Amino acid sequence: MPKVPIYLDYSATTPIDPRVADKMIPYLTEQFGNPASRSHAFGWDADKAVEQAREEVAGLVNCDPKEIVWTSGATESDNLAIKGAAQFYKGKGKHLITVRTEHKAVLDPMRELERQGFEVTYLDPEPNGLLDLDKFTAAIRPDTILASVMHVNNEIGVIQDIDTIGELCRAKGVLFHVDAAQSTGKAPIDLARLKVDLMSFSAHKTYGPKGIGALYVRRKPRIRIEAQMHGGGHERGMRSGTLATHQIVGMGAAFRIAAEEMATENERIRYLRDKLWAGVSTLDEVHLNGDMQRRVPHNLNASFNFVEGESLMMAIKDLAVSSGSACTSASLEPSYVLKALGRNDELAHSSIRFSIGRFTTEQEIDYAVQLLHKHVGKLRDLSPLWDMHRAGVDLNSVQWAAH
Amino acid sequence: MSYSDKVLDHYENPRNVGALEADDASVGTGMVGAPACGDVMKLQIKVNDAGIIEEARFKTYGCGSAIASSSLVTEWVKGKTLDQALAIKNTAIAEELALPPVKIHCSILAEDAIKAAVADYRNKHEVVSAGYAACDPTAA
Repeated sequence: MPKVPIYLDYSATTPIDPRVADKMIPYLTEQFGNPASRSHAFGWDADKAVEQAREEVAGLVNCDPKEIVWTSGATESDNLAIKGAAQFYKGKGKHLITVRTEHKAVLDPMRELERQGFEVTYLDPEPNGLLDLDKFTAAIRPDTILASVMHVNNEIGVIQDIDTIGELCRAKGVLFHVDAAQSTGKAPIDLARLKVDLMSFSAHKTYGPKGIGALYVRRKPRIRIEAQMHGGGHERGMRSGTLATHQIVGMGAAFRIAAEEMATENERIRYLRDKLWAGVSTLDEVHLNGDMQRRVPHNLNASFNFVEGESLMMAIKDLAVSSGSACTSASLEPSYVLKALGRNDELAHSSIRFSIGRFTTEQEIDYAVQLLHKHVGKLRDLSPLWDMHRAGVDLNSVQWAAH
Repeated sequence: MSYSDKVLDHYENPRNVGALEADDASVGTGMVGAPACGDVMKLQIKVNDAGIIEEARFKTYGCGSAIASSSLVTEWVKGKTLDQALAIKNTAIAEELALPPVKIHCSILAEDAIKAAVADYRNKHEVVSAGYAACDPTAA
């Protein structure tokens, strides 16, 4: 039996790869200089490490290192991109476009901009999670200045067609921001080819440390943003604050390893994910959330009908996973991503997200399949909805006595 | 979030899972909650001629705290009269299971399930004992 709990929540965060940790440690106590200290070797060494890391990050996504701005994480990058671009370009228009399934780090800045007088269109995806490109094009107006569409969705793992969306935006003179927090190391990104103007990166989703990220800001053509953090003018005035050398070194090493190992690693991960899906889909009434083809190899999000998500998570406590069930948050609302796909409340409540990673073993997957069969069965034996389903009752026709 | 041992115990060893014959005159069935909220509890009670609940069964779709609340309630109503069962308060359930604030609503739903089951039983019996079987709306 594998060591429990088994971590299958790589989309929430990843452990730092030991090779990355090794690279970071000297910068904690030995090479601790401030990279902005121009006058001595401590500073020069730190600056050299920072610039090397900048090249490593740029290497994974094929851009110029000068286009990489360090931030505290993808959330800050999203805020900087969206608010920064909206504020700089508001003279050209005040309309923004995004998608209902975006991460809160995109949706909340959009809401904030609405409070400041901007107008935002929130597009609905198709039931498979993907954006309909005709609907996207139709949403663009003469006063649209920015669109934000994430590359890979954190809950369902689907990959948006950012190639085409970029072309559409460029043709209409709309800036295009992409949150790529979930895609680095999982789906290829080529910024020399993609018509993306701003892209957010996170280290801790790609086996790097938490608390560090980056924002790609295109230089050809030159994209401008208003800084959100002032105080010293670091990062070409776009993001002030002393650079955390050890964090940056970590992010660089993590992205370098991702570039080197992505292809082979993803094949192994795809095999494991497909095995997990094959194992659980033999159960009755199991529904996949999100398109299976246009999906990263790590993610599986499935609803186990007639079983509530949190009770399933409690039952399979040997697995560290996450649920689209409301019980895991303070409100009684199920996952907004699954609702946006058109999933009804029961299926949204009974969903589990499994995300596989670099250190997942086949033994762990086999154990997970076994566990799911056992506990889904047990919970269905407890469930009045399962009884009603087997008796042929249409649950949509029932008058529930909710409170 | 971590679960209290009592909540886990009710999941590992639920008491009185199952069903009673809903059409039986001595059985009261209460179904409360809604799939949209992530909580549906079905509680059934079997009442003897002396008005004492002698059997109870539950089925619940809901989180661990909801399962535990309804399982606990099937234990607590046994041996009680209908009025005594109605007196069971959600606060007692919550305290027994050490429910955190965010899960109090599970105990409230369990209390509602008792009320619904008792009401259903009484519904069956008020009408029948009134002797107007001919215009019994439930017999339609």
